[in-house]
Amino acid sequence: MSSFKIFEIAGSGMSAQSVRLNTVASNLANADSVSGDPNTVYQAKHPVFQAVMGSGAGLNAASASVSVTGIAQSRAAPEMRYDPGNPLADAQGNVYAPNVNVVEEMADMISASRSYQNNVEVLNTTRDMMLQTLKLGS
Amino acid sequence: MRTTLDNYLGIHAQALTIEAKRNELLAANLANVDTPNYKARDIDFKAALSAASGNSAANGSSSLSLQQGNASLKATSATPTTGTENSGDASLMRYRVPMAPSLDGNTVDEQLEQSAFAENSVRYQATLTFLNNALRGLMTAITGS
Repeated sequence: MSSFKIFEIAGSGMSAQSVRLNTVASNLANADSVSGDPNTVYQAKHPVFQAVMGSGAGLNAASASVSVTGIAQSRAAPEMRYDPGNPLADAQGNVYAPNVNVVEEMADMISASRSYQNNVEVLNTTRDMMLQTLKLGS
Repeated sequence: MRTTLDNYLGIHAQALTIEAKRNELLAANLANVDTPNYKARDIDFKAALSAASGNSAANGSSSLSLQQGNASLKATSATPTTGTENSGDASLMRYRVPMAPSLDGNTVDEQLEQSAFAENSVRYQATLTFLNNALRGLMTAITGS
């Protein structure tokens, strides 16, 4: 039964989106983790998605699941803040805040959760359809 | 190899296979909604069904309207698709033309794919109902009650 592949595809989509949610949570949690050294400060993380085309000929190659090929770190410069009262401040009284854009992360979170819900819906519909197919003729 | 039972079930058995394949394709589109450079694909359903039933046209079992559809398709398409037993012809797959281009090269329109998935699910269930009724009729004939 070829519909079993849909479970694999939707499952890979769900796992990719949950990795994305994980990175968003990590970025948001560390949005205020300042450091006295711009080289060691937390950098925003983003997953890299890639389509994995199905093998075989013809329509058997129709499936394309998602895989997370890696986690990219943002190369944007950390934000320098003058905060001499901070125990982590360097000799000039500066601390460095991570390059996390909180607004972008929130939008990313909504997008990821909607995509996750999409895949769950596909999974539910496919399961219902397969159960109906199993009951064929009864 | 088509048997008497295939003839009895008619076009619906093949339609079910193609609808399952189309659902798989649409699920892949929805799963790759955030993948850069992914191109959304779909099946030309009419062409796929014609190709699947084309090799059975010699049996004279498929309906008249379907054969007409087959003829018109061959007249318009430059490269006529050859029907295969399991309707596994890659030329039946089409890339979707995006309505709004996106910067990351992804051509998946989430709303469009969702509605196509919903439509195809209903079609699948309709085909199932047809098949169910046909099989139930057969069971009534066999058991006589």
